[in-house]
Amino acid sequence: MASELRLKLFIAGDSPRAREAAANLARAVAALANGGAQVEMVDVLEDPEAADEYRILTTPTVVREAPAPRRRVTGDLGDTAQVLAALALFPSPPTT
Amino acid sequence: MTRAMTVPKHRTGIPGFDLISEGGLPRARATLVAGTAGSAKTVFATHFLASGIVHDDEPGVFVTFEDRVEDIRANMLGFGWDIAGWEKSGKWTFIDAAPDPEEPTSVVGSFDLSALLSRIERAVKKLGAKRISLDSLNALFVQFPNQPILRAELFRITTKLKQLGVTVLFTGERIDEYGEVTRHGIEEFVADNVIILRNLLDNERRRRTIEILKLRGAPHQRGEFPFTITSRDGIIVIPLSGIELTQTSSTKRVTSGVTRLDEMCGGGIFRDSILLVSGATGTGKTLLVTQFMAGGFAAGERCLLFAFEESKDQLFRNAAAWGFDFAKMEESGRLKVVNRYPHAMAMEDHLVEMQQLVHDFKPNRVAVDSLSALERVSSLRSFREFVISLTSFLKKEETAGLFTSTTPSLLGGGSVTEKHISTLTDSIILLRYVESYGEMLRSIVLLKMRGSHHDSSIRQYTIDESGMHIGEPFKHVVGILSGNPTWNLDGSEDER
Repeated sequence: MASELRLKLFIAGDSPRAREAAANLARAVAALANGGAQVEMVDVLEDPEAADEYRILTTPTVVREAPAPRRRVTGDLGDTAQVLAALALFPSPPTT
Repeated sequence: MTRAMTVPKHRTGIPGFDLISEGGLPRARATLVAGTAGSAKTVFATHFLASGIVHDDEPGVFVTFEDRVEDIRANMLGFGWDIAGWEKSGKWTFIDAAPDPEEPTSVVGSFDLSALLSRIERAVKKLGAKRISLDSLNALFVQFPNQPILRAELFRITTKLKQLGVTVLFTGERIDEYGEVTRHGIEEFVADNVIILRNLLDNERRRRTIEILKLRGAPHQRGEFPFTITSRDGIIVIPLSGIELTQTSSTKRVTSGVTRLDEMCGGGIFRDSILLVSGATGTGKTLLVTQFMAGGFAAGERCLLFAFEESKDQLFRNAAAWGFDFAKMEESGRLKVVNRYPHAMAMEDHLVEMQQLVHDFKPNRVAVDSLSALERVSSLRSFREFVISLTSFLKKEETAGLFTSTTPSLLGGGSVTEKHISTLTDSIILLRYVESYGEMLRSIVLLKMRGSHHDSSIRQYTIDESGMHIGEPFKHVVGILSGNPTWNLDGSEDER
């Protein structure tokens, strides 16, 4: 299970919502069974070309780049379980 | 209702639309174009950008929420709009906002459309765009079923675009032709202006109309106007009430093709007048058309004939029998004969094609044989609109016109055609059978001729291998036009 998990988080400027989404995503990643993921932040206000390339309409949006297939989820990412389900990732089982 | 200032308009370049909108879309405002499925919203949105590029050298941005970019490129090529070429030359940019079926987006919590706005802003600034089309908003509502957020965000995008000085066109879907403006009530929060495209069934025929529902702070024409879509020009609006029916203005006279008829008219027909020839089958309407064409041709004019009843072969054979070589005339390039099946197209399409042919061929005279054939395949309303449009178009082009109309009964009578168009034409010629002792005679009368004295007698005419021969007035018969000729041969008709 060495396949690397790469995520891209598209945000629009340094807004409270962007920071909230980043924190929520970090929390979701930490809950992963295999732990660890590369998370790249992209600010669409500074890099609209990237938004074009990834056809992003909404912010915040997370794109699971690898492993394929691509998956995407948009919103403030508050609900960890839903975020992981949308990205087809699995949390570590609860410790007994 | 008085307003000190009206909003400046942005000429769209869509034929006819700038007339009914009295100048185009309000500049740097948002307009919603709403219509049911198949009402040509995407064509309208594309045409708006295309004509900006073609006519005014104004770049445009197209945001698609629904159709795939490559599909739009391919579909619009049929209208001669080379979007791929414009993209290369920096005149057109797509913003692909269509959902990817392979990569659906889940929604967890609240979001905004900042990424879309950022992409749009960048494209508009980079291109120096003056126009933007967003097609269609409903697809966005399907992608992100969070209405309050979308409404607020679309309002933000619209506001930003207006600040950038861009004229905005949104499309939105309707469910009913005469119901709510749009499915999601989009107009309430994005659009200053609303235009409705309809695709109706009228007497079992498709009929497209456009209506400007509101143009905030700007005058425009009210009601529904027919429009059609052609591969050559895209959307063409037929601006009926924008048409001014001018009367004959020329004093120059030309031949009708029949010398005695010219004499009855007081020296020929006016160069830009429209004649209606009415008669039962076999009275010689097509002969008159033939002579009208041949007479013009002999005088050096360019002549265009629209034949809706007979094939070219038939028409040429008949003409040859009367001594006119249409084939040779057509070879010379000054006569053009166009044969069409009336039912092959909608009236609007006939009209647009005829206008294009007149525009290209630049005839001095045009004949339509017959209007009745067209009337049979259209609704009354479409037909009347057709005649008004054609008449005013020919007058604008300073072209003489001769239309024929077939009366249903052999004796006397009038047709529906006449009832509805007689006020539109400058002159009316009636060809009527007259039942005599054991034979059918023919009569001709010039019922009306605007702006000229004319012979008002009912004359007899005959037809032989050299055409129509108009003779003396009927002296001993009354009731020809009512279809009940009564002969009075005792010579006392003058003493009443």
